[in-house]
Order: sequence, then C-alpha cells, then structure tokens
Amino acid sequence: MGDTMPKAIEIEVNGKRYPVQYDPETPLLYVLRDELGLTGSKYGCGEGQCGACTVLIGGAPRRSCQIPVSAAVGKPVTTVEGLEKDGRLHPVQQAFLDAGAFQCAYCTTGMIMSSVGLLQSNTNPSSAEIVQFLQGNICRCGTHPRIVEAVHQAAQAMQERGR
Amino acid sequence: MSNEREKFLLEPERYEFTSGPMHHFELARREFFKLLGAGIAVFAIAKNAQAQETAPSRGFHPQELPQEISAWLHIGEDGTVTAFSGKAEMGQNIRTSMAQNVADELRVPFESVRMVMGDTALTPFDAGTFGSRTTPTMTPQLRRVASAARDLLVEVAAKEWNVAPERLKAANAKVTDPASGRSLTYAALARGKTLAQNLPAEDPVTPPPDWTIAGKPVPKVDARDFVTGRHQYTPDLRPDGMLYGKILRPPSFGAALVVYDDRAAKSLPGVVIVRDGNFVGAAAPTEREARNALSAIRAQWKEDPPKTSSREIFSYLKNNADPKVDDRHRTQRGSVEDALTGAAHRLDAAYTVAYIAHAPLEPRAAVAEWREGKLTVWTGSQRPFGVRGELADIFHIPESNVRVIIPDTGSAYGGKHTGDAAIEAARLARAAGRPVKVVWTREEEFTWAYFRPAGVIEVRSAINSDGKLVAWDFHNYHSGSSGIETPYAVPNARTEYHAVPLVLRSGSYRGLAATANHFARETHMDALAHAAKMDPLEFRMKNLDDARLRAVLEAAAKKFAWPRATKEGQGFGIAAGNEKGSYVATCAEIAVDKNSGAVRVVHLVTAFECGAIVNPDGLRNQVVGANIQGLGGALFEAIEFENGRITNPRFSRYRVPRFRDVPEIEAVLLDRKDIAPAGAGETPIMAVAPAIGNAIFNATGTRLNALPLVSNGLKKI
Repeated sequence: MGDTMPKAIEIEVNGKRYPVQYDPETPLLYVLRDELGLTGSKYGCGEGQCGACTVLIGGAPRRSCQIPVSAAVGKPVTTVEGLEKDGRLHPVQQAFLDAGAFQCAYCTTGMIMSSVGLLQSNTNPSSAEIVQFLQGNICRCGTHPRIVEAVHQAAQAMQERGR
Repeated sequence: MSNEREKFLLEPERYEFTSGPMHHFELARREFFKLLGAGIAVFAIAKNAQAQETAPSRGFHPQELPQEISAWLHIGEDGTVTAFSGKAEMGQNIRTSMAQNVADELRVPFESVRMVMGDTALTPFDAGTFGSRTTPTMTPQLRRVASAARDLLVEVAAKEWNVAPERLKAANAKVTDPASGRSLTYAALARGKTLAQNLPAEDPVTPPPDWTIAGKPVPKVDARDFVTGRHQYTPDLRPDGMLYGKILRPPSFGAALVVYDDRAAKSLPGVVIVRDGNFVGAAAPTEREARNALSAIRAQWKEDPPKTSSREIFSYLKNNADPKVDDRHRTQRGSVEDALTGAAHRLDAAYTVAYIAHAPLEPRAAVAEWREGKLTVWTGSQRPFGVRGELADIFHIPESNVRVIIPDTGSAYGGKHTGDAAIEAARLARAAGRPVKVVWTREEEFTWAYFRPAGVIEVRSAINSDGKLVAWDFHNYHSGSSGIETPYAVPNARTEYHAVPLVLRSGSYRGLAATANHFARETHMDALAHAAKMDPLEFRMKNLDDARLRAVLEAAAKKFAWPRATKEGQGFGIAAGNEKGSYVATCAEIAVDKNSGAVRVVHLVTAFECGAIVNPDGLRNQVVGANIQGLGGALFEAIEFENGRITNPRFSRYRVPRFRDVPEIEAVLLDRKDIAPAGAGETPIMAVAPAIGNAIFNATGTRLNALPLVSNGLKKI
C-alpha cells in the first residue's frame, strides 16, 4: 500500500506514442509487456542480471526491469518488435537466424537488443569486446560461441550495407 | 506410491521404474477432422500393443482414437502433413528433428511437415520429455506411422488406377506408376477424403544410410519467430480478462501458516484472495496489485526447517542414509574385499557434489482457465500428461476435464517435471472465475523449484602392478544411481546407491546423478592412473573393452593432440563415460593464475557418439551447450541454505556461466549410421567436471574432490 496513484504519462515505443496509466515507479518491462502487449522483452531475473529484458532507450541498451517507466518519458524506446522494417529483419536478427544462435531462445531477444546497442557504438567489435559487452546477458542453453559469431556476422553485414 | 517411505526418497529416478498410466483420449475422430480438415489420418499401433489386443471390439471405434498408439499423423487436402507427439520443445530442437524424420520417411519436403506437440487433447500419451528419450523413441515411432501412411497413400493410388500397389513408388510427395508414368500428389490423394486408418506399425523403416532429410543440418523450424520476439512462451500469454496471480511464500521450507488475516487485502478493488491450507495467493488485474494484495495480508508462520545447512550437508547425508540398500540399487560381482587386500595399489577417496539449480531463463509459469468445470492450462513443463494427472488429482476432476498445453518453452534441463505453477494458477483461476497467469520470480524459481541433489560418493579401489583394475567399490549417498555402473573392466566390483530422506526438494537435472557419478569415477580413475604412473588415457584404455567408449576417447584425444607436455600454470585433463545409449569423452585445458589461484578453462574438446545423427546442427548446439552448462556445476554453482532458507536465490549471488567463462569448445560428432539414434540432451555434460578437475591436478598437483571445484578460486597452491 502507500502506492503513488497512477497518473497518465506518455512514452514513445517503436516510433508510436502511448499514454499509460501506471505508477511511475513501475519498471518499464511490465508496462511494455502487460500494458502494450510487447512481450518480446522477457522477464528473467528482475535485478538487471540476466539481460533478457534489454531494450534500447534513447539508442542505448538498458535493462527494462530496472528502469522506472517515468525514466522513459521523452526518450524513444526500441524493443525487439521495433527492429523489423517492412517485413525485413534487422541485420542482427538475420545474423542470429543464419548462425542458429539460439536453442530455447528465451534469452535471444535480449541478446539481439544488447548486440544492436553494441554495434551502434562499435561497428566492428573484436570477439573480446563482444564477450565483454554481452557479459550481462545470460544464456542458460550455452549458445555463447554462436552468439559471438552472429554479432561478427551482423557487424560485417551492416558495414557492407553502409558502404 | 504405496510405500510411505518412498515419498521421501529421491524423485529423479522415479521415471525409470514406472510405466505410463492408462491412456485417455478426448479427441474423437470426428473432432480430429474438424480440427485439421479432410484428408487422410494414420494411427500406428505399436506391435506389442497389437499382440495384447484380444477382442476385436478394442480396435478402432468410430468415435474414438485407438488407445495403444504412440504416434499419428494427418495428410491434408493441400498436402500439409501434421504429425503429433506428446513431447515438448524446450530448446533441444526436437520440433525440427522429429519433423525431419517424418518428412524423410513419408517422402515429402521438410517444409510441408508441421509438428503438434505437448497438448494432452491432441497428442498421443507421453510419459514426458526427459531421460534423453525423445530421439530413441520418437524416431522409430514417427517413422513407423509415416511409413504406414506412405503405404496407405500407395494403396489409395493403386485402387484409383486399378493396378497392383507393389509396382507403385512414393517419392517427392507423390505416388508414381513407373510403368505408365502416371502420378498423383499426396494432396490429390487426400482430397475429399476423411479416411482414418489404424495400421500396424511395423519395421522396417528407412535405415540411416538411406536418409535424405534426416541426417542433415536442417535449421530450426519457426526460427524467425524467436528472433522477432513473436513466439509466445507461457509468460507471454494474455487471454482476455486474465488476472495476474502471486503466491504468498512461507519464510522457510516446511513452515505452517498459524496466524492469518486477509481483511485488508480483500477490501482492495478487483482483488481475489485464496487461502487453502498453507496456500495463500492473490489474483488482480495487474501484477503490482496482486503483489500489493499479498503485502496487505497479515500472516505468521510456524517454522520447521531442515536440521542441516549447506555447510554440514555432506556429513548429514552420510549419517542419515538408509542402512538398508534396496536390491535394485545394488550390483555386485567377484569379491571386492579380497581383491582390495591383496592388490599392489590401493586407493580410497570420497567425493561430494553440491545442490545446484537448473535456473531455466524462463521461470516456471502457467496460465489457467476454467470453463464449465473444465480446466485448460498452458504451462512450460516437460510432462504435459503428468501435469494433467496432478491437476486432476488436486482438483478432484477426471483427467478428461483437464487439458494441458505446452508452448515451446524457455528451457528446463530436467527442472520442469512438476506442475507447481499450473496448480497455483488453476487454484486462483477457479476462485476468480477468470483466467489467471502465475509467473514465478527468479527468487521463487531459485527457492521453491527443486534442485539437483547434493551427494557423497565413496570409492575404494585397487589395481595390480601392471595397472589393471582389480577391485572397485562405489557408494553413492543421496545424489542418485544414474551412471553408477563403471564401464571399465574390473573382476571384483560393487556399486550401491544409498537413499537418504530428502533435505531440500530434489529432482531431475540434465544428466542427473550420472554427472556426480562420473565426476567421482573419472576423478578416481585419474588418481589411479597417477598411482600406477601411467598416462590417464593409456590407463583408461588398458581397462576398457567397450569399443564405443574407446572410440570417443580416441576421437577426443586425437583432436586435442593428447598427450601434450604442459607449461607452467597449464593443465590437461581427460574424462569419459556412457549413459542412456550415448558415449562421451572430454579433454580439458585449464590455466591457473599462480598469484590469485583463479582457474580459467581455456579449451574443451568433447567427442560424442549417439548412433546415427538426426540433425548434426542441432546436435552440435546440444553438445556445446551441455559443455558450457557443465562449466557452472564444475566450477562455481552451489545452492547455499541455512534454517530452511536459500541464502543465494539470485543471479547476483548464484553464479552461472557467462560469456567470459566460455572457453574455446570443439565438438567432435561421431556419426554411427549403423546404430539406431540415441538421445543427446544429457550425456555430453557428464565428462566436463572431471576433465577440468583432472586438468587442475595436472597443473597443480592438487586433487579436488568436491563439486563445485573452485567456487572462489583455487587455494593452497
């Protein structure tokens, strides 16, 4: 009890503006999943340790289970649902697909969002840089080597496309 | 179980001793075609079931599906093939590998096959997806039903053309008459029909050397839905009118609710509160409201925690073992005691393994909905029919009023055999009169799920002067009997599994006790090799007759270039074993930091053989994945508990392997097309821990006998 009364705020997700009636302290993840129906971002731990809930906020990868919805006001949020453009997969999605870089795939959307974030700041990361950047993303099935490979492939594809 | 004491014994091995319950099929034949449209349906009866069939009335009843059936499939008017299996997909890639088998045997393109899985209303009874049983059981079963369907299609075409079926050929989703050049597609043959045939499922099916679609690295089906986030796992489901459920957990294991007041919680708008014995839960329109409702409940608990902690667990297990060993948990040959006394070298040691958690990234979750006394539950479980049984028992309704559906699940590793979240969601949904979703928090997952049990393993052994094993005495306390038998040739041997009443809730885990038993055995073999002043590989080979096990050892050693001289701080180790019809050998290279004592696994080579390979790409993912998951239990994973509380129930305090922990891993897959395929989900994890431990010994001379090996780095070097 003693909750702040929900008040109307507006957030922008995948280019669309949504009014949401939520306690401003509610983690963004719950608003995305329960209110907006964007269930591609997953709950894995609720303490920012597993990365399954990763989204981009203002272009930077963030653990949406740790970000209050109020902190997303005025900053564009991108979830995995926002990556596909006109039925075409984002190069990172395509690379994960091509590399078969998932098994149960519950971590996959978070891995993809973290990787998109990485490639925005570092267009050609080394394996060590990928490992370092994805250290906060847990994969329990043990698909790590293929994920690293997928990020390399995506980097290459994005560079070729950029040329 | 009839025996009261059995309840307190270990859960994990239970499936190995029980057969499936009686079958119930709710789906009438008419419904089947209503669901899938017209076409041809084939149900294959297992041969032994057919033999039991005495009265003709037990055969195909027009309104019911036959009972002794293991697999069925449907060929639609558009040529779409739908095959049904009670197995569940959790990342092991069986949705793909099973479809490969169907396509291969039916002679249709892979893309035209769709698998319906893990739905108690639609799929054949299945005991569960565990024990590496999917590939060895479903490969022949699906192939038999597909082969029966192929025969039926040929018959239909033969009738149409008025020719003998023997002269017709089935290939590329068509039946062709080579003599006349005529052909009809399966789609054309199925058109306008509602033909259901109950056929004997007979061998032979296409042997592995003749496979064209199976045996190939076909990519995962529905893969695009996983990279787009479109796939809906159980926690992603949101049926109309759904409420969010939360459960009030006791402060410790075994606590009983003694004071309870929910007046404040019940006054909250839109909230449903259920108290049923020690079960207290709330359902509300949002997760936050459900949590708030729980905090408004005044509850006091009388605690009765287990009388031990993770610090004293091993002596506790030894002291509380059942003095009587069940005959089915004991094997003996020769005279161990005599052989131990007379031998050249004697080596005794004790090994321990800690409790560990599965920590599947998708936590236990369920959505439950009641309609007119019938219950439907969506849940991530390895045992759809088992969960159906649990729900029917608990709610005192017939199994025919329960439907359990398993959306492809975010992993399990043996951890999702029980229907806990399903029961909780169903209990709340019944009170609320609306669908309810329960998703466990990570802390609940780490606390209220079950664990891979801790154990103590004692080994006494002896070798003669030329390095031959002469005595082997192996006792496992509590962790289980999987993989307890040594594959090495030894004339005097005794193995015993000693049951201990459960301390923490325990159950299956990938590889189960085989991981613990292999850790003890393969560490001990390494120590014996050292005592005999022999190379560890040479020592194993000297004591090994099993050709398949020798082959994986040789393959791993070859890839690893064993034996190699070590540099300072570097160590090499080897380990091997077989379980559930498959064979594994792992070579490990580790590096020890002399100052910090930190151990880093640098390189793993794992050779694996499971008969004929159905999908080498999926298999490679499973083998590499098992190696990486195995790093956790080998190096640092351990559940800590005290006063009936788990004290490290979070990823920030329970370390699982992460990117930085992953070494270079090479998987060497041996494809034995002359051997029927076995499963691959578990065995590749077994040799990782002993290979690493042996490598640490090789680097430092320190023999580590406890899993995890180096939770805080290596001390005393």
